Amino acid sequence: MKIKKILLILMFFNVINSNLYSMEPDVFVQSTVNRASQILSKNISKDEKIIELKNVAKETVDIIGVGFYSLGSARKNLNDSQKKQYFKLFENYFLKSFSSRLSEYTNPKIEVVGKKVLNKNYTIVNSLLVATSQRPEVKIDWRVYTKNPDSPLIRDLIIEGLSLARTQKEEFASILNSNDGDIKALFKTLEEFSNN
Amino acid sequence: MLKKLIILAISIFLTAVNVYAGTDGDLALKKNQNKEEKKIKDCFEKLNRATFSFNQGLDKVLIKPLAKGYRNLPGPLQKGTSNAVKNLSNLITIPNNILQGDIKTAVINTARLAVNTTVGLLGTIDAANKMGFPKYEKEDYGQTLGSWGIGPGCYLVLPVLGPTTVRDTAGSFANVLGGDPWYNASFHGNNEFLSESLYITSRALSGIDFRANNLESFENLEDNSIDFYASVKSLYLQDRENKIKNKQRGNIEVLYKDEDDWEEIDSN
Repeated sequence: MKIKKILLILMFFNVINSNLYSMEPDVFVQSTVNRASQILSKNISKDEKIIELKNVAKETVDIIGVGFYSLGSARKNLNDSQKKQYFKLFENYFLKSFSSRLSEYTNPKIEVVGKKVLNKNYTIVNSLLVATSQRPEVKIDWRVYTKNPDSPLIRDLIIEGLSLARTQKEEFASILNSNDGDIKALFKTLEEFSNN
Repeated sequence: MLKKLIILAISIFLTAVNVYAGTDGDLALKKNQNKEEKKIKDCFEKLNRATFSFNQGLDKVLIKPLAKGYRNLPGPLQKGTSNAVKNLSNLITIPNNILQGDIKTAVINTARLAVNTTVGLLGTIDAANKMGFPKYEKEDYGQTLGSWGIGPGCYLVLPVLGPTTVRDTAGSFANVLGGDPWYNASFHGNNEFLSESLYITSRALSGIDFRANNLESFENLEDNSIDFYASVKSLYLQDRENKIKNKQRGNIEVLYKDEDDWEEIDSN
């Protein structure tokens, strides 16, 4: 009887615990865009904004997952040393590209409007970049990786129906195809981009 | 003859740059179409890349400065121009609505054209929108061919005209072969109000309006691409797939082709 009670108490705390820490993908996206929006509306230099945006991206984007996806089938041919080198290069490339794309916006207002659970690993969160006098409303969808519900991560941005991850994947494939599949050519290109 | 060729080229260009419009409704498509489109080949990549570089140069010296100048025009003038060229595009959209079997949208767009051309002062005011008409989505003959199950063929980059596919190029030809009433009236209408130059001007304005609306996004894309040619190709093809399947936001099947590709990635 005592053991049963202890088990029940443990189960109760486990349920409470999981509810405390799991985060709904739409709440996660709204919180992430709010953080980015706050940075972009700050009265600081563009370089400072980029540094802060990079920190947000490191916490909220599954950079390793996006890196794997971008590599397409070529990821299966990498050895451990090449993987290590690739992820270092990819992270630098991704953070530079991601933050400089975002830093062009000043005080963007993004509203989460819905979500669609694809399966236990993925949810698509729908949002709108609110129109201003300079630009029309923009539809932005977020592919959120939810395998670990306590720590959802962004894997793709779909802007007006155009996937950034797919575009990046096709860019990488193009570089590999132009160089007979030589991964070193891609490494060189990523390094050059990050250093420029 | 040369004049006709120039007009034809300009028409295709302006149709090509106007592909960034969404569409509504659902069309039944063959399930294996994704697989077909997955194989869109860049049959003439070297030539395409050379043409792409030429187009970038042309954009730099001519189209971009014109677009920047257009952006400096007073807001109401820009808006009026944009509305007017959009209203004219309805003349291509309506027959394509019908060809795709979307009679309801064809009727709505016909009413929209009538309202905007009259109450909206030759389309310069989007009166239909103010009256609560549904959002307007452009359609073209390339989309119709796609909706009929015709594959895209090779990816092409045409001089001046930009990215396209064999199917979309064929669709553009339909405009000047009788498929665009505005072209027919301007060239063969035999009246004192319409002329070839008016048609060319309207199409040029349509292209400049599009470029002006995308100045920052193109610049941002170029700055952040490691292969700008491949980025533009990918975005063009994604956009066309969405439009043919009438998906404004895109959908998973259209976007990723192979969802398993995501599923096998485990970074945790």
